[in-house]
Amino acid sequence: MANGVSDVGADAPAGGFVQLLTPDGERRESVTTADGTTYSVDFTDEEYRGLYHDLVTVRRLDAEATALQRQGELGIWASLLGQEAAQVGSGRALRPQDMAFPTYREHGVLYTRGIDPIMPFGLFRGVDQGGWDANEHRFNGYTIVIGSQTLHATGYAMGVTMDGKTGTPDGEAVIAYFGDGATSQGEVNEAFVWAGVFNAPMVFFCQNNQYAISEPLERQTRIPLYRRAAGFGFPGVRIDGNDVLASYAVTRSALDNARNGQGPTLIEAYTYRMGAHTSSDDPTRYRIASEVESWKAKDPISRLRAFLTKQQMAGDEFFAAVDESAKTLALDLRERVLAMPDPQPVTMFDHVYPHGSPEVDAQRARFADYHASFEGSDH
Amino acid sequence: MSRIKEFNLPDLGEGLTEGEILAWLVKVGDTVELNQPIVEVETAKAAVEIPAKWGGVISKIYVEAGTTVEVGAPIVAIDTQPSAGPLPDDMPGPAPSAESLAAVEIAPAEGSIEPGMIGGPAPGGRTAVLVGYGPKNTTAKRRPRIGTPGSSAPVAAVSAPVVAPPVPPPPVVAPPPPPAEPVHARVLAKPPVRKLARDLGVDLTVIVGSGPLGSVTRDDVHQAAAAATAAPAAAPAATTTPAAAVFDASREQRLPVKGVRKLTAENMVASAFTAPHVTEFLTVDVTRTMKALEKLKSRREFRDVRISPLLMVAKAVLLAVRRHPMVNSTWSAGTNEIVVKEYVNLGIAAATQRGLIVPNIKDAGRLSLRELAEALDTLVQVAKSGKTPPSDMAAGTLSITNVGVFGVDTGTPILPPGESAILAFGAIRPMPWVHKDKIKVRQVTTLGLSFDHRIIDGELGSRFLRDIGDFLTDPEGALLSWT
Repeated sequence: MANGVSDVGADAPAGGFVQLLTPDGERRESVTTADGTTYSVDFTDEEYRGLYHDLVTVRRLDAEATALQRQGELGIWASLLGQEAAQVGSGRALRPQDMAFPTYREHGVLYTRGIDPIMPFGLFRGVDQGGWDANEHRFNGYTIVIGSQTLHATGYAMGVTMDGKTGTPDGEAVIAYFGDGATSQGEVNEAFVWAGVFNAPMVFFCQNNQYAISEPLERQTRIPLYRRAAGFGFPGVRIDGNDVLASYAVTRSALDNARNGQGPTLIEAYTYRMGAHTSSDDPTRYRIASEVESWKAKDPISRLRAFLTKQQMAGDEFFAAVDESAKTLALDLRERVLAMPDPQPVTMFDHVYPHGSPEVDAQRARFADYHASFEGSDH
Repeated sequence: MSRIKEFNLPDLGEGLTEGEILAWLVKVGDTVELNQPIVEVETAKAAVEIPAKWGGVISKIYVEAGTTVEVGAPIVAIDTQPSAGPLPDDMPGPAPSAESLAAVEIAPAEGSIEPGMIGGPAPGGRTAVLVGYGPKNTTAKRRPRIGTPGSSAPVAAVSAPVVAPPVPPPPVVAPPPPPAEPVHARVLAKPPVRKLARDLGVDLTVIVGSGPLGSVTRDDVHQAAAAATAAPAAAPAATTTPAAAVFDASREQRLPVKGVRKLTAENMVASAFTAPHVTEFLTVDVTRTMKALEKLKSRREFRDVRISPLLMVAKAVLLAVRRHPMVNSTWSAGTNEIVVKEYVNLGIAAATQRGLIVPNIKDAGRLSLRELAEALDTLVQVAKSGKTPPSDMAAGTLSITNVGVFGVDTGTPILPPGESAILAFGAIRPMPWVHKDKIKVRQVTTLGLSFDHRIIDGELGSRFLRDIGDFLTDPEGALLSWT
């Protein structure tokens, strides 16, 4: 049982969590949980700075996307603000062969996979269906339906075992992302059952951002979410989701267990959604300002910056350079989003069947003729 | 690229149509950076800050704070090259973009889609969509079709159907097999069409489909159903007519909706979707009422007037209204009041050749039984002759519908607009009934009372219905104890 952390960490909820970097930027060498697992990280200065670079970049790209939505250039946006550490830490813990199953908010994980950040913008701008090659990127499609990707991931992970790709230190592992609200869905519980029973090489990474849109955590569960895992027969660990080091350390350990054939782990990253659920939502209607303020003090970026400063690993020059590089990336992203071509109407027939169909071909021809019958048509 | 850029209010959240400008965070002449918050806007979903889409100088603010703006309307203009010197006075404003013209084009032609269906008309002049409030229908200007005189005659372009190509292309698949061939595969039909066929009792396997790949369409099923109804009259011919001819569209009748039918439909829709209806039922032994009726007929005062059980039901309703005045009232949404009336203009639903009408007997509560009988008789005779004046149909307060004359037991009537209760009076039948602890054959009927639940609670409606039933069970006793 991984429940109960001997060293509960600063500002931890009842029951504690794994924390390696406090909100003030104090480093804890290691944390040992009640089941005897010790979590730690051993980063070089350059790696610490790299994590800071990641965090700042994904936040800046996210801010640009939010602005683009407000300016009418995206139909909707789901902001990751506040959840950068959970995503960057777990994303950097993935190995190239691992497969990730995101929700629609995992822009930070996408970035750490080395994917061009523009990839999901066609979906949010409404100019494509968000379909990309999941195998090429080792990153499945953004899943809008709450929790269903956990079943896809579990089935995929069971397939990994059947392919004989687990059981070695270089085995393949699968990570499924979901939120606290998704834990109330049948799919997530089914995924827990199947992953547990079939010992699937899975990491269930739950970003508990405290709200299922407007429903607070107490409407989702009577016990801390990580303790749910015990009932399904696999370990559950809670981490400080605003601590990029804890996110990295615990995810890496859980992934290694999975790839070694030790079965699934549930990680509950205890964090907070600083922004709205999506750009269509107004969080001031259901949460109080003082709560948001208290979480600002636990910001994932400022604690890493404080740590880097205290350890003299980085100075103002470095921080300014990171900000500048993130801004350049964001403006480049903006230009490319604005330049995304609108799809031609006939392209909606393109992916109906893998090898076409006479009926769809006839419909496409008719539709093209119809559009061509208007003056000023350019197609 | 134009130096002055106009910013139009975007749809800030999936399907919104408008937003209110809460506050401007900048004023004309201010220099703004890209993404600097410039205005707060509140929509039906959220209050948000909108960041500047371009850096530059605010050159114009189109709408003041406190104004509600439609999505797509310009709210601010930004001079993106302020260092290039002052603007010439005659510099034209930005032209509407191609997208904004194209955007109005996708609205379907009015009436081409059923109301309430996605893409169809919805209340408030909007178009129904899957989520959200739906876009408002604008007076869309369509690009004219090539080869039509539309460029100089926009009317022609608007009236041209745009949802289907003018000429269907030749079929790309082989024609359906001849009907004589045995059916070797499952009949092609979409699930809703299959359901329609099941509902109408039509056997899909005998229909020759006119749809793609010989599939059976909705029209095919309707034609088959119509042909089946017409079949008894045309039975000898039908046995020798090829199947395809039987389902000919020329055998459908299209009746224009007008006059009483149109008014009835409008009233029913208006009533059913504004007043929340509740219907309660009560089955009563009316043997004593029928006996009382016989007695009345033998009396001299009633010798030359036609009387029927309806008279007794009308009397029961009028007496019960006295005990429960609240049922005789109107919901006045405009003034936010319930208007309780001390007079009863008793409506009697009548089937006429022109359709359903509900003339009423003015101030029926003041009439003696003999006067009420006369008034009912006159009302029915005038209605049958089709000469009911409009004044007789206006200002009803409570109604009775005598569905029993059609031989049915009861119904769930819809309130005439403005009224709060309507009683359905079913057929009177000899039925086995427990009477004085023994099963006897008694004259039994079922009453159905619909009432407006905004005004009348279940308790009041039940008491009212119960009183009507009590009167009909024992008219003499009720009269003695109530009056």
